[in-house]
Amino acid sequence: MIGVREKYEGNGAYGPLTRKEDARFIRGRGTYVDDIKLPGMLHAAILRSPLAHARIVSVDASAARAHPRVEAVITGADLAERGLAWMPTLSADVQAVLATDKVRFQGQEIAFVVAHDSYAARDAIELIAVEYDPLPPVSDATTALDAAAPLVRDDVPGKLDNRVFDWTAGDKAATDEVFAGADVVVGCDMVYPRSHPAPLETCGIIADFDAVRGKLTLWSTSQAPHAHRTIYATLTGLPEHKIRIVSPDLGGGFGNKVPIYPGYLCAIVASMATGKPVKWMEDRSENLMSGSFARDYHMHGEIAASAAGKILGLRASVLADHGAFNATAQPTKFPAGFFHIFTGSYDLRAAFCEVTGVYTNKAPGGVAYSCSFRVTEAVYLVERLVDVLARRLGVDPAELRMRNLLRPEQFPYTCPTGWQYDSGDYPRALRLAMDMAGYAELRREQADRRARGDYMGIGLSFFTEGVGAGPRSHMDILGLAMADGADLRVHPTGKAVLAISVQTQGQGHETTFAQLVAGELGLSPDEVEVVHGDTDQTPFGLGTYGSRSTPVSGAAAVMAARKVRDRARIVAAAMLEVAPDDLEWAEGTWRVRGDPEKALGIGEIAMAAHSSIELPAGVEGHLDASAVYNPPNLTFPFGAYICVTDVDPDTGEVAVRRFVAVDDCGVRINPMIVEGQVHRGLADGIGMALMQAIVFDEAGNCLGGSFMDYLLPTAKECPSYELGATVTPSPHHPVGAKGVGESATVGSPPAVVNSVVDALAPLGVVHADMPLTPASVWRAIQGRPLRPDLAVE
Amino acid sequence: MKLTVTVNGTDHTREVEPRLLLIHFLRDGLGLTGSHWGCDTSNCGACVVWLDETPVKSCTVLAAMADGHRVRTVEGLADGGRLDPVQEGFTQCHGLQCGFCTPGMMLTARWLLDHNPSPSEAEVREAISGQICRCTGYENIVRSVLWASRNGG
Repeated sequence: MIGVREKYEGNGAYGPLTRKEDARFIRGRGTYVDDIKLPGMLHAAILRSPLAHARIVSVDASAARAHPRVEAVITGADLAERGLAWMPTLSADVQAVLATDKVRFQGQEIAFVVAHDSYAARDAIELIAVEYDPLPPVSDATTALDAAAPLVRDDVPGKLDNRVFDWTAGDKAATDEVFAGADVVVGCDMVYPRSHPAPLETCGIIADFDAVRGKLTLWSTSQAPHAHRTIYATLTGLPEHKIRIVSPDLGGGFGNKVPIYPGYLCAIVASMATGKPVKWMEDRSENLMSGSFARDYHMHGEIAASAAGKILGLRASVLADHGAFNATAQPTKFPAGFFHIFTGSYDLRAAFCEVTGVYTNKAPGGVAYSCSFRVTEAVYLVERLVDVLARRLGVDPAELRMRNLLRPEQFPYTCPTGWQYDSGDYPRALRLAMDMAGYAELRREQADRRARGDYMGIGLSFFTEGVGAGPRSHMDILGLAMADGADLRVHPTGKAVLAISVQTQGQGHETTFAQLVAGELGLSPDEVEVVHGDTDQTPFGLGTYGSRSTPVSGAAAVMAARKVRDRARIVAAAMLEVAPDDLEWAEGTWRVRGDPEKALGIGEIAMAAHSSIELPAGVEGHLDASAVYNPPNLTFPFGAYICVTDVDPDTGEVAVRRFVAVDDCGVRINPMIVEGQVHRGLADGIGMALMQAIVFDEAGNCLGGSFMDYLLPTAKECPSYELGATVTPSPHHPVGAKGVGESATVGSPPAVVNSVVDALAPLGVVHADMPLTPASVWRAIQGRPLRPDLAVE
Repeated sequence: MKLTVTVNGTDHTREVEPRLLLIHFLRDGLGLTGSHWGCDTSNCGACVVWLDETPVKSCTVLAAMADGHRVRTVEGLADGGRLDPVQEGFTQCHGLQCGFCTPGMMLTARWLLDHNPSPSEAEVREAISGQICRCTGYENIVRSVLWASRNGG
């Protein structure tokens, strides 16, 4: 890695440490939900709708119930008797658990079959007879608000159209005034197509209700086990202390494992009904067709500038396809997530956006794919617009960005829509990326190639994210403030156990969090065990998504460790027979000022704290502490990306030749893990820009229901990435760290698209929508662009 | 039907349904849960094991087809207590995050290095191109295989 040399904090505990969790994974000894087998466990399968929109006339499960290997069949009617046919979503809507009145998307849940093995369960769903009365579907968001559009949500009393919400941010009058006075205004229509996070492990659950103890245990693919426990308690009426959720090793999440899915609730009901553990694991088609989708934003953006290339204003109008139920997972007060951070990294005067959400006959979701609550869509919009503007002005896109980036002295900076960016040195990051890429030389090469008829593209993006939700004053999910707890126990021999509320899906918490605590206490990371993913063993917190683990839970771990350190000081003072104020924390020890020979490490202090040593009045023994961290603000990581592509104008094929990525996520606790996260996001960007889209046809059929149709990048589509780093600490995070898990997913798609459009500039292409498949690129060259989200002409 | 499969050097005889997939035989029948199921369509490679000497996607192989054959899974990659260089490489180069694709990736890597002890980066990418990783962007998987190639093959 190239970049500004990092200063490792934390008494040497920070740095590129290999991961603790790898030992089990490389031996095939991870424990994922589907690896767990309980005595007497039953297996479930779900019957799903083949139609996008239809009235259900009848559901006859008698033949399935008669199957010799079937233990139970649950239909919507059965759930309705228990008041569970519908469940609340994370966005103040309701979602059908098992359909009773209509099916509203292809793949919707209709019946839940529980059998003695998974093959029999699959056999039995074929025996259920459902009579449908087909209805015309809404499969195109752009027609969802037409007067003639079929009504998706006739279950909602008084609902007469497919509108979910109208929402605005920014100052419309001020923005209009800026636009009216601007020398140059350019606009662009763009679609951020429906996508899917597709973790390699699908979603699933084992529900085990013990009627004698009155306790429900769930082994679940959950990114947010504590929040899920609270929701299950509310849904089922079981007391919350009698629900335990274990989220074991997760095979990726990326947002897909934040919501509560109908299958989870059905498994609980089935376990309560049968008295046996019930396992339900999605297959891949179920995952892609019914689980959380992402994006599906139809955007019109405009940017205003002076003739000299000073960006003045930005406005956007968005149609947001939310599918059949509004089940987006984001802080409750933000129906469009954090989309209104769309002013990006630029110093401009005014901005305004309006977002209208609509129902369609597609699966629910929306905020589900490493998007930092819609910052992905926001960054794409502004970064495409800046490139369109550069083209209009005849200015190099790097030069235009450099002219308009926020300057270091402007931080903390309040953007026109109200976000307070904590820290940044944007020009430094862009300069580093340009140096690493050899930008000037690349432009010369491009000119030479163009002269020879080759189509080489150079695309930039500069992103700012807001992550680490969030301040309890205005961020909650279903009334739960977005805080996280940490419990730290130091054993008598000085070894520590940290219990945290967040759950790793591959991010390496067992290593990073051990480094955080080790750094505060002068221990080795090997001496800190991290416990997570079990609600009976860990403190409450909202979970891992939105790049919030390090900014929120990591901060909680540090605060708990500092409490331990403070108590250790008092104990050490008693041991050394000095006043606590006479001690200083240095080199991982409490030592007497001016007498460094008299020093005690946490190990010695811990033994004393558990011993019969006489402690000062009012001081409890032991060395344990808890903390709850309420972030005062989000953290704002940023970065500069440059993507070099080669495009074959005859086939439309795009090859990504190079990808330079400079990320600034503040202090890096484990740079190796940080870089790994960036690698992932860059592959996401290449995938979304070039391959990935969940497409529908006019009948509402999902055409992205398998990995044969929903194309994910492989090692051959991805180049070897060139990473760089700058470090601008967050001023309010206790160790100066910012979240990074989604940065590259957010920042990289516009770099790829800008690169392809740049390659095609000599052919007159100004914009083409993702995914830039060979067909899409070829059609853009022909001047007949494809709609990326709908399989119709 | 009754079948006998030699898995990681041990014979296992079981009565199974003819339609049983090899991945389910390994995971549910033998409790070898290191091999994972990911997609059903032979695209992702989370289920890659060796059938005799060849990596196969065990979600698309019937257990019956392994009757009388040898299967090698991730549980059979280490030689007793000694890790395979590929396993070491994945640890040293951060070649895994969630770990779900890792067993399949490592078994393909082992096969590659057995046939091509000093592969180029492009050859490594080609070898693993039938498998999907959602976490690493492939960069560190490639580095891991190259590390193994340099450190004992």
